[in-house]
Amino acid sequence: MKNCKIGILLFLAVLPNILSAQEKITTDNWLSSPGIIGTFILIAIVMIIAIIILFIKLNGYIDSMKRRQLDKHRMAFDDEIVAMEGADIDTILEKRKAALTYKLKGDELSGDNEAVDDKGLLHRVEKDPNNAFFDEKKKTSLSLETPQELKKIVIYYIGAAAIWLVLGTLIGQYLGMKFLWPEMDQQSWLSFGRLRPVHTNMVFWGWSSLAMIGLGYFVIARTSNTKIYNYKWAWTAWLLINATIILGTLCLMAGINNGGGEYREYIWPVMILFAIGLIITFYNFYKTVATRKISEIYISNWFILAALIWTIVLAIIGYLPFYQDGLGETVIQGYYMHQGVGMWFMTFTLGLVYYYLPSALNKPIYSYSLGVLAFWTQMLFYTMIGTHHFVFSPLPWWLQTIAIVFSAGMVIPVVAGTTNFLMTMKGAWNHISKSYVLPFFLVGTVFYFVGSMQGSVQAFRFTNFVWHFTDFNVAHSHMTMYGIIAFFLWACIYAILPKLTGKEPSQVFVGAHFWLAFIGLFAYMISLMAGGTYRGLSWIDGNPFIESVILMTPYWVWRAVGGSLMFASHLVFAYNFYYMVKGYNKTKPSELAKPIEEITV
Amino acid sequence: MLNFHKEHKNLVLTAGGVFIALSTLIAILPAFQMQGTEPIPDEKPLTAHEEEGLRVYVSENCMACHTQQVRNIEMDNVWGSRPSIPSDYFYSKKRLDVWRQSPSTLGSERTGPDLTNIGARQPSEDWHLLHLYNPRAVVSASVMPSYPWLFKEVDSSYMPTDAKVVAVPKAYFNKPGKKIIASYDALRLVDYLKYLKQTELPGDNVNDFIPALKKIEAARSEDGTQSLDGANLYAQVCAACHQGTGKDIVGAFPSLVGSSIVNDENSEKLIRVVLQGYDARTDYGVMPPFGDQLTDAEIAAILTHERSSWGNDAAPVTEEDVAKIRQYLEMELNK
Repeated sequence: MKNCKIGILLFLAVLPNILSAQEKITTDNWLSSPGIIGTFILIAIVMIIAIIILFIKLNGYIDSMKRRQLDKHRMAFDDEIVAMEGADIDTILEKRKAALTYKLKGDELSGDNEAVDDKGLLHRVEKDPNNAFFDEKKKTSLSLETPQELKKIVIYYIGAAAIWLVLGTLIGQYLGMKFLWPEMDQQSWLSFGRLRPVHTNMVFWGWSSLAMIGLGYFVIARTSNTKIYNYKWAWTAWLLINATIILGTLCLMAGINNGGGEYREYIWPVMILFAIGLIITFYNFYKTVATRKISEIYISNWFILAALIWTIVLAIIGYLPFYQDGLGETVIQGYYMHQGVGMWFMTFTLGLVYYYLPSALNKPIYSYSLGVLAFWTQMLFYTMIGTHHFVFSPLPWWLQTIAIVFSAGMVIPVVAGTTNFLMTMKGAWNHISKSYVLPFFLVGTVFYFVGSMQGSVQAFRFTNFVWHFTDFNVAHSHMTMYGIIAFFLWACIYAILPKLTGKEPSQVFVGAHFWLAFIGLFAYMISLMAGGTYRGLSWIDGNPFIESVILMTPYWVWRAVGGSLMFASHLVFAYNFYYMVKGYNKTKPSELAKPIEEITV
Repeated sequence: MLNFHKEHKNLVLTAGGVFIALSTLIAILPAFQMQGTEPIPDEKPLTAHEEEGLRVYVSENCMACHTQQVRNIEMDNVWGSRPSIPSDYFYSKKRLDVWRQSPSTLGSERTGPDLTNIGARQPSEDWHLLHLYNPRAVVSASVMPSYPWLFKEVDSSYMPTDAKVVAVPKAYFNKPGKKIIASYDALRLVDYLKYLKQTELPGDNVNDFIPALKKIEAARSEDGTQSLDGANLYAQVCAACHQGTGKDIVGAFPSLVGSSIVNDENSEKLIRVVLQGYDARTDYGVMPPFGDQLTDAEIAAILTHERSSWGNDAAPVTEEDVAKIRQYLEMELNK
């Protein structure tokens, strides 16, 4: 008791000192002051306890609900038994008795029994199983019976996409060479500034978007177990999107540029066609899903429908003029260019993978709930991080900080997605030796993890210091738009087209496509990453700017080499596509085929 | 309740609704907030000519390679004396017309130099025109495209009176009896580039740069008042016209190698030229003044470098020499 008193006295004696020590406090670092931190911790404790209580309460409630339901089931079962006839019960018991006493005879697979395949399990009989030289990989065993109209839509969307891919990357390749020979031409409409957005917009809206939508039509119809709501609308959207790219390209080459914000270079009278195309596509998809013949909405459709609705919102926000003077435009630009990638390409493509990957491996997706988690976190985190393209810029600091924090949060959807895909592939690795579809998926998945995580890390302030404004950004965007999106799209295309048309391209050519694209991308990426890093360091050291241009030359050479390989792979792809679809409408659907509505997925 | 697995309507409405809410929070509201920005008191609006130049800038999509933002980190100090602030963009980032939005001048790639302060760094019209006609005529390692369509080839005899002739070196244009003149668009574009200057903030109200990495910082403080690197400064400030080698570009910029002014034992004339600019010779372009842009110590370091490189051999210039002449010039002006 005495000690206690002394303690209190001591405390009182020291108290003025503690108080006076606080006189020097300024408003700097207010967040890290002990008082504020203490308050946060206390509030957090209350919050946590409240949350725990809430969970306990909820749990109790759900338990009582469950118990009630169980009782109901039990009573229903009892009623059923009571209502049964004696003869019915006897049959059931007889069946069970036979099953319990069943034994194998031991000669089912040998002896003199005639070979029969009652259930049609055998598809291929190998006559010469030990031929080591030409180990023929498995052909697609399954030919899907699909309405001719849907087939045509899928093929025309992918076909147009392939044309834009070849043309768009030809332009990209030409631009890459301009870094080495800036005087390659003297034409205004071929100049670097005008042609760069032509390349990016063409591969974005032309190649990736059309291929995605085309593949999406099949997924929507198939997983909803029904017909596409309106085939005509699909064609209208196809025309609108292609018109957008043709008109946009012409405008840009003529020097009509919306203002130079990346991926917003098409002026609104052109881009509105694209937006209408998306709205029609969305409505068509939505209606198809709404008239589905199964009760559940497959996870792919979540992603695809959301990608469409998000992108429509995005395009509208990106082009509305009311808040875009001054740096308002810059806020929107960061938001728009990031969401263009994240909410449109990434979301839609993930939706495709959730269908085509398991279907190509003929097994279910590893975890449906993980897919749902990835979906909601994709929406929450991706939306917030646009401003990380403008770190250290004059934009508000809080906006930059949110972007950086949520960039780190991107770990959740990315790890969820990657785990899901890899675990789906697990146990099916032998498909790598069987076809090229899985390698395309695997590379896409690996890049999905690496590219997304690298992007998150790049958003941190230190890495921004070194890499921002350098060619590293270009490497990153190719790693994601090409490594993730394009590889996934090719995987889906090679997985589905042979099943639709019954013609599989030669393995040599698919292999050539795969390796040229992969090695090309690698050369492209590594060279620009290395060069970009050196360039950033040169700037930090305060060297004259032109030195950083000179030091890039060898890396630009390697970029051009990588780019050439990538372009060559696209020519091979275009040939493969042609081979797969040539004369597709002459192959007759087999007579046993049921109409699509009657096939269960 | 919402049962997203079976209710497509709930799924789409929730996904769309939450996205719109988040977008409003993270994009639309901050963008609206930025609409309240006001210009800096001394900031000048664009003239009609400069405005037209901005349109050429947008239509050639110069933003693909050139940024216009000085970030608040020390490495960006070379592009401006202070970090950019929202008010800097008050006049230049307005909607262009019904068809085109406010230009995205901040950029995201620095393939070429930042242009925030190009008008102060490079005020010479002649340089800009020649550089646009063919960048390699002035910066041999440049990878910038040339813009010949902004120029016209005309007969020397039929020259319009108000034509602005570009002094293109023979290596880049050599047709007897013909001259290159700048088109209207080229002149407007240069007007715009010369407009790009950082406005000084009133008072001492300067937000500072975040220092570079600690290591560099430490190395710098160890040197203390170390001597400036003249070669480096020369490369940043002078080499654009006078080349890294000090050699001339005939018809545009005179040689520094063996130049009598550079090698003069008395450095007064040389210092004057740098401080005040120089326009005494019609066969060369105008040299802009650098007195406001460089400190005495920097000028001394550059001149010492010039006087001891490429075979030049003259006594170094000291900071005091420059300070003396600067004072003298000020007196002259005040007279």
